[in-house]
Amino acid sequence: MDLKSLYQDIIVDHNRSPRNFRRIEGATRRIDGYNPLCGDRITLYVKLSGDVIEDVSFEGSGCAISTASASLMTETLKGRRVEEAEQLFQSMHDLLTREDSGVDPDSLGKLAALEGVRDYPSRVKCATLCWHTLHSALQGDDQPVTTE
Amino acid sequence: MSTVSRSTAKHEQMAGAALDVAAVRSDFPILHQHVQGKPLVYLDNAATSQKPAAVIEAVARYYREYNSNIHRGVHTLSERATEAYEGAREKLRAFLNAASTREIVMLRGATEAVNLVAQSFVRPRVGPGDEILITEMEHHSNIVPWQLVRDQTGCSLKVAPIDDRGELVVEEFERLLGPRTRFVGIGHVSNALGTVNDVRHLVTLAHERDVPVLVDGAQAVPHMAVDVRALGCDFYALSGHKMYGPTGIGALYGREALLEDMPPYQGGGDMIRMVTFERTVYNELPYKFEAGTPNIAGGIGLGAAVDYLASVGMGRIAAHEQALMAYASERLAAVEGLRIIGTATHKAGVISFVMEDIHPHDLGTIVDAEGVAIRTGHHCAMPVMERFGVPATARASFGLYNTQEEVDTLARALERAREVFA
Repeated sequence: MDLKSLYQDIIVDHNRSPRNFRRIEGATRRIDGYNPLCGDRITLYVKLSGDVIEDVSFEGSGCAISTASASLMTETLKGRRVEEAEQLFQSMHDLLTREDSGVDPDSLGKLAALEGVRDYPSRVKCATLCWHTLHSALQGDDQPVTTE
Repeated sequence: MSTVSRSTAKHEQMAGAALDVAAVRSDFPILHQHVQGKPLVYLDNAATSQKPAAVIEAVARYYREYNSNIHRGVHTLSERATEAYEGAREKLRAFLNAASTREIVMLRGATEAVNLVAQSFVRPRVGPGDEILITEMEHHSNIVPWQLVRDQTGCSLKVAPIDDRGELVVEEFERLLGPRTRFVGIGHVSNALGTVNDVRHLVTLAHERDVPVLVDGAQAVPHMAVDVRALGCDFYALSGHKMYGPTGIGALYGREALLEDMPPYQGGGDMIRMVTFERTVYNELPYKFEAGTPNIAGGIGLGAAVDYLASVGMGRIAAHEQALMAYASERLAAVEGLRIIGTATHKAGVISFVMEDIHPHDLGTIVDAEGVAIRTGHHCAMPVMERFGVPATARASFGLYNTQEEVDTLARALERAREVFA
């Protein structure tokens, strides 16, 4: 396997300079995600306006994959409706966990850069942590999310 | 008796000389393969070690030639199996220099050994106000069993701190040994930092106050000769798979007088002498603590591992690994941005490190692409990670078959990680 398929330039870039890496004062939802296996931690902030994601951001610490995934996720979600975000969660989950997911990477824009993670089973949870955390936030949960 | 004796003969030829690493490597079939197109460099020995052909063959031979249950059969196969299993116990006794095989309880591993002592020895002896003392560098398996006892009895758990180099602060350990301390649990070698504790001194301090001591030796036995009587400890726990034996087998050494006094840990077959519905007479030591059909193949394999270590020589192994540790510490420290976590004066087998701006998990994946297996994460020692303010570390851990060239390969792979993220 080629490391470059995992650590693509866009992933290295989003790890080095994560977008939306900040707290949102007055967020509608704030929820923690944790991967006990590797110690990745994320706090996700979502500000909703009706059913539109007006703003979304994150804080935390983790590996390049988890940081880049969260950064790309927040960038993609801004301005999307909750229903679209949930569809993206499902698409990303399928893309990263199933060989035959049928998800067209091209439909996912920049998020497609994470597709290479699927070839590294021990790293899939790094990429999906932020998405599981988002899913719980949109469901209105306030319990911390873990990948285990 | 083919493989063991052949391998023994080979290593005896070089008695007195330094360890012949090429000869040792030829004893381990798994090492001769490519991973990700590169020669395997296995540096995850603290998680589990590889097995020499002598161990693999001993396990296979049991299943192929004399598989049967032990201790009660009168038929030939059962007698052969019993002899081999009890032979392994004697080998372990000699390996640890215990006084008697009555002091060697064969269990699933070090974790089960600690749990046995926690439940059978400590739990009946403590109550509210009493204290159990451990250290900040313990593996979770020498923390959680004591938390269970704490929650069951209302006693408290005290933790002796470590310093910035990852060494136990002995004055603090001594200060925490108070009038209510009822038991001490200490690791011989830290799996996360590599620190070697001066167990003999710590046992002396505890015994001066009549406090019994358990030593978790899982990370020590592959790297150095261990003499439980010289250490003076009351209990010593080990795992077979970390000393080139099979998984699922290990042992507890316990001083006979203490074991004699302890109630059984589990009930079942083999640990009884006589059962009626009114009462049960327990078997003698060590069988009182060995309920159910044991891991017979594992025990026999562990015996073969002890033979193998003896044939190479623990002194020679220790010298080889110490030289390798010194080389690796220097070579890795020369990698730009790398910081070694745990810089104790006495270390064995383990070098933990972090790299500036690169998460350990990314390091693990990148060096794997070069065929190098290291561990990344919290190493089942989360309090140690907290102490050093890191979520995780990367850990290279060494065994008797590792070489300086492999250290160079790791160092180059880490340098490559910097390029990936440049």
